[in-house]
This record gives sequence, C-alpha cells and structure tokens, in this order.
Amino acid sequence: MKYAFSFLAVIALVLIAWLGSQIPGMPYLFGVAFPYLALMIFLGGFVYRVVYWAKSPVPFSIQTTCGQGKSLDFIKHNKLEAPNTTAEVAARMFLEIVTFRSLFRNTKSEIHDGPQITYESSKWLWLFALIFHYSFLMIVLRHLRLFLDPVPFWIGWLEFGDGIFQVGAPTWYVTDVGLLLGCLLLFSRRLINRHVRVISLVNDYFPLVLIFTIALTGILMRYVVRTDIDIVNIKQLAVGLVTFSPTIGSEIGAIFYIHLFLVCVLLAYFPFSKLMHLGGVFMSPTRNMKNNSRAVRHVNPWNPEIKPHSYAAYEDEFREFMVEAGIPVEKELSPAKDEADKSIQN
Amino acid sequence: MYNKVTIIPGLIIFVLLVTFPLWFNAFSTASTVPKVELPPGGEKQCVAPAAEMRASHMQMLNEWRDDVLRNGNRTTVTVEGKVYRKGLQMACMECHTNKEKFCDSCHEYASVTPYCWDCHLTPSLAASKKETH
Repeated sequence: MKYAFSFLAVIALVLIAWLGSQIPGMPYLFGVAFPYLALMIFLGGFVYRVVYWAKSPVPFSIQTTCGQGKSLDFIKHNKLEAPNTTAEVAARMFLEIVTFRSLFRNTKSEIHDGPQITYESSKWLWLFALIFHYSFLMIVLRHLRLFLDPVPFWIGWLEFGDGIFQVGAPTWYVTDVGLLLGCLLLFSRRLINRHVRVISLVNDYFPLVLIFTIALTGILMRYVVRTDIDIVNIKQLAVGLVTFSPTIGSEIGAIFYIHLFLVCVLLAYFPFSKLMHLGGVFMSPTRNMKNNSRAVRHVNPWNPEIKPHSYAAYEDEFREFMVEAGIPVEKELSPAKDEADKSIQN
Repeated sequence: MYNKVTIIPGLIIFVLLVTFPLWFNAFSTASTVPKVELPPGGEKQCVAPAAEMRASHMQMLNEWRDDVLRNGNRTTVTVEGKVYRKGLQMACMECHTNKEKFCDSCHEYASVTPYCWDCHLTPSLAASKKETH
C-alpha cells in the first residue's frame, strides 16, 4: 500500500501539471513562478536544516571505529578506519562521500537450520547506489547547458562522454538509462528484500517514484513526445529564469511542464525529506569526528559548568557550621575569630 | 551553533554551487536567441511543416541515414509534387545553403554537437573540394 500511495501521488502531480499547463496564462505559473518558489524553498529549507542540526550538541565522542586506533608505535594504526587527525578524517569523509564505503560494508543476515545465523556480504545496495547517484550527478551537470549562456567547454566534454555510444539522434545518453535503472533497482530492493520492506515507508518510496518519473518524462521529451519541444525556446526560458527576465517565446509542449513541475516538487520536498542526506552526510558525527578519545578529552557541550571543589575549600566554607554541629574538622577555627564570634553572641 | 568554522563556509559553498547559473550569466555576455536564416533562394516548402522540422529534424535525418547507408534504400520522398532525395547535402542543403547561419546558430546556442559533419560537407566546402580534383 505504501508504494501504491507514492505512485498515486506522482500520478496526481503529473495530472496537475499536464492539465494545469494547458489553461491559457498558466504556463507562466508552471514555467516561472513554481521554479522560483521551489528554488527558494530548497535553499532556505536546506540552510535551515543544516543550521538546526549544527545547533545540536554532540555529547559523546561517537565516531564509528572500523579499524585499529592510534596506539603504541609497534601497533599498526589504521588511518582511514580510525582517523586520528583532521587530514585523516577528511580522507575518510571524502571516500565515504565519493565511493559510499559504508554501503560497501552492507551485510545480509540469514537464519539457517540449527538455528544458526549467518552474515554474508551484500554489495548490491552499494552498486545500485553508485549507479543511481553518479547518473543523477551527471544529468544535473548536463542540464547546465540549458542555463548557461555561453555554454562552458567542459559541459561539452560531459555530453560527449555521456553520449559516447552515438546511438540515435538526439544522441542516447548512458546516464539516462543509469538513472532509470538505479531507481528501478533501489525500488525493487525495497520490495523484494523482506527486512528492508518491513521498515520502508511512504517517504522511502515516494522520492524514488518521483525521480523515476522525472527521468522518464525527460527521456520521453527528448526522444518520443517531441511536439512543440524546441530546445532554443526552452533554453530561452531557462536562461531567462537565471537572469531574472523569464520569457516564454512560443508554446512549449505539456511534457516539458510536467517534467519541470516534478523537478519543482522534488526541490521543494528535498529539505524536509530523507533526501537531506546530501547535507547530512557531511554532518554525521560518526564519520566526521576524530578517533582520538584516548588522547583528547571530549567535553559534552551541554554539561553545566561545575568548578572543582576540594575538601579543604569545602571545610573553609562550612567550618563554623561543622564546629557548631560537632563534626570533626581538620583545621580548627582560629582563636581570634572564635572570640569575635563569642562577643557577637554575648 | 557548534562547529561554525566549518559549517558556515560549507553552507556558503553549497549556496554558491546551487546558484552557479545566476552569477555565471551575470558575469558573461549573453548571446541573443538565435533565429534561423530562411533559404536564400526563397523556397517556401520543406519536407515537413516548420514546427515539426524544428522539433524532429534530427530524427528524420537519422532515419534517412539508416535507410540510405544501412538498408540501401534510396527511395525519394515526394511532398506536394516536389521530389527530394534522402540526404543532408542532397535535400536539406540544396535550399538551406548556409550551414553557419542555419545549422550552427541554434546548435551552438543549445550546445548540440551533431556528428553530421564528420562525413558531410557544407555546399561551399564541397564546391572547393571539386575544384581541387
């Protein structure tokens, strides 16, 4: 049911954009107002979430240690798995972000007769995630050709590399298939793997269906539904958007508005969803802290400030009351003070 | 807020990356939206209506290429009594003689690099090649 709901939600969004963009005057709402609104929500929400996270204190030194920490000289220190310096942390973070090393460690647990539990390496998640994320990155960068005028040379290189197979016209891109395949694989993983299926929620399925539909509408627009899809016209609008002078030169096909509206929904949804792992990966204390708890004391930032209070100072503070109550003290009251006290009492 | 020293620069870098097109375009000289040059000979008729050609000419050229080179099918196309041979140089460039003003203006604007010209020649280039032989 959870995944069925995400399909329904995306179909509803497609219908809204499809029918809405056909009403006269509405292309400006879908082509100009929504993109601006979505980008503002995206940036504002992203910054808000990161600042919100940054306000949370980290009470303990909770880095995940995956190897030998720095110890005596004759014990080999695993610099990447138990980083001890900022440079080592940076190296670990870089490889985590670029190669998803924590997904590489994914295991599958199974119960066999006996009963006996086994843990087997399961690299599928890592592989699917690599396909998905790198295809998505490449597609986002390729889309810059529609926003930048003149187009920088390196975008041409990306397009050449992506269309290296030179199949068809317009050229077929490797990452188009990669993104569709990535979504499909990650989605079917959630359906087929029982352990993952149990913990999957609508907000796990919905982004996958949404991104799949964005990719699908993009591919349909490029290769199949080409009515009124004039790239010059679309680029005029895109460049207009980023130079704050948007114009819709002539009619653009509905598939373009569907594609754009879904992207707007994705952008606006992004900061409030699990997609925030884009920012979160940099903020996770289990990865970005140093594994140096033996050398440097981690102070909990929310600890109240308690000054050291020695017994001698304690006795100084309460000596009179202790003497009065008959509690033995290490240092008696000074006689002068004693007499002064007596004269006050008399 | 903790770790301000790293988080605030990180956020600034992120916002700059996302808004990259804004300041890239602000600091570069924009080209005007290209308008294709109509045939210098004054021809009004094409193999398909202008809107369809604008959107799907690449698919048609690709089909023609496959027909002629891979299937050996050189059947001509007749539209409203006019006969066209299948080919970029043999049909399209008979009327649209200026590659720079007709093909390249839009292709450069939208960063499209078709590989037509790996094999094909523009009419002016073809003429100069003939002279050397």
